Amino acid sequence: MDSADTASLGAHSMDRVGLKGRGFRAALLPYLLLAPALVFLCAFTYWPLLQALLSSLSSKRRFNDVDAFAGLDNYARLFGDSDFQDAALNNLVYALGTTIPSIVLALFFALALRRSTRVNSILRSVFFFPTLVPLVAASALFLFILMPDIGLLDHYLQKFGARSVNWIGDPDIALISLMGLTVWKNAGYYMLFFLAGLQGVSQDAEEAAIIEGANRLQRLWYVILPLLAPTTAFVVVIALINSVTQVDHVIVMTQGGPNNATNLLLYYIYQQAHETYDLGKATAATVATLAVLLAISLTSLRTMERGIHYEK
Amino acid sequence: MRSDPLGRHMRHALYCVAVGLFCGIVLVWSSPFLWMLVASFRPDSFGAAGMASLWPDFTPTLEHFGYALEDGDFPLWYLNTLILVSGTLVVQLITVTMAGYTFARLTFRGKDLLFAIFLFQLMLAPPVLIVPNLTTLVKLGLYDSLIGVMAPYWGSAFGIFLMRQVFRTIPRDFEEAAIIDGCAWWQVLIHVLIPLAKPGLLAFSVVSVVFHWNEFLWPLMVINDPSKQVLTVGLVSFALGAEGASDWGLIAAGTLLVTAPLFIAFVLFQRQFVNSFMFSGVK
Repeated sequence: MDSADTASLGAHSMDRVGLKGRGFRAALLPYLLLAPALVFLCAFTYWPLLQALLSSLSSKRRFNDVDAFAGLDNYARLFGDSDFQDAALNNLVYALGTTIPSIVLALFFALALRRSTRVNSILRSVFFFPTLVPLVAASALFLFILMPDIGLLDHYLQKFGARSVNWIGDPDIALISLMGLTVWKNAGYYMLFFLAGLQGVSQDAEEAAIIEGANRLQRLWYVILPLLAPTTAFVVVIALINSVTQVDHVIVMTQGGPNNATNLLLYYIYQQAHETYDLGKATAATVATLAVLLAISLTSLRTMERGIHYEK
Repeated sequence: MRSDPLGRHMRHALYCVAVGLFCGIVLVWSSPFLWMLVASFRPDSFGAAGMASLWPDFTPTLEHFGYALEDGDFPLWYLNTLILVSGTLVVQLITVTMAGYTFARLTFRGKDLLFAIFLFQLMLAPPVLIVPNLTTLVKLGLYDSLIGVMAPYWGSAFGIFLMRQVFRTIPRDFEEAAIIDGCAWWQVLIHVLIPLAKPGLLAFSVVSVVFHWNEFLWPLMVINDPSKQVLTVGLVSFALGAEGASDWGLIAAGTLLVTAPLFIAFVLFQRQFVNSFMFSGVK
């Protein structure tokens, strides 16, 4: 908090030097500078939030329906909808099944490529590049990769004697296939944060552990991982938020099927708005999803705050 | 653990196995792009059975690219995506610089509250608000326009935080000297602070361009008119058509057309990309 205090002191002295005597106009300046950002923030974050809350409590389902207060009717319909139950449950599985493997892999890549050599920097790029391409482009490629029999995955698995698998057509496997795509796409992004975090791990602590006779595994478990805890906490939040906000691959590859096996919350919202035209259910689902996101952010806020102190 | 339970040779062998395994992982990780590259140049005569081979055992052909450019409106989609990302970025740069400067350097009543109002947006991911935002666009008459796709991102809380951090790391000595010389606040901002904040602005720009270049769901919902279609939405309609025809070479070529510019930019400015994305974690 030191820097913040000196910052505001400095600002006072600046007011005295530069803006003295301009009174009203100078006092108005900060608000004028914030106004453009604030207008867009209100129009596209707070206004829609209010709108979603209001229309989730209204009986209006389509644009020209009567607008009457309906209480929690929409929420009752939403939570009673088996499609929504599926989407919520799938999203929970999807969140865990993408967050955990991608973080484990990201940490593994970061540890393996920790030293900055020429080869390592090329390998880092190999893992990072999927982050840069559009999720829909990755989905287009995976449409072929996951084709039964002739696809890239089956073609090579069959060389090892595996049987053909209907990766996105089988309800028991489809969600796992999408998780595989997500892990492939995001692990390299999370690796960057671990690489940055590893730079902050003090050499002294590691050398002390070596002198104490700790082997690689012990050093990882007792020295490196505890020091990386803030980074890990941060990456977990990003990964969880991504698991709720990115559904492009569902739209391209499975449309939520087969048998609703890959329906996720945001895809459900999109479906209600675009296919079923049920504004009440769509907005109730929006509010419910936002509540989940808020819960993720707020529970993590404390860990994050602790993390920031750790880094300093 | 001080004694070495494994012999030197054993250790060496284990190290080789580990390196071999890691090479395998690298190969698997890059295989989707390797396949895209190989399949987009593979002549059709090989049939579906050989489509999956990663081995380029053929004379390359450009015919898939020819069909892709015939089937898809790639130049138009490129143009629209370019308009979309630059229009988003230009306004963002103005709003986040002004707001970032205000939060970093000025004191005023309600500063903490206003800051918290911005902070809160980071927790509400914009993609979730698609339904009410679409209603707003319809009311504003911005439905089916690229401006409508851009507008929700013009008040980027992430950018404001980033620029606030960047401005705060700049020592005050420079600007106080300029103020004593009689410069107004905006002269200080333009001639002193913005040049010093360039790395931050660049990092924000890279993240913003990549994000909006890749975005799909929001433009899919806002844009109806085919002449305003962006690259991602175009690619999907194109790829689903080609999938129906089982024309995998065509999908590979179309996807290559979409990812190639990103790949070239990444190879040229690798360090900048990596640093920018690390910067994006500062929020």
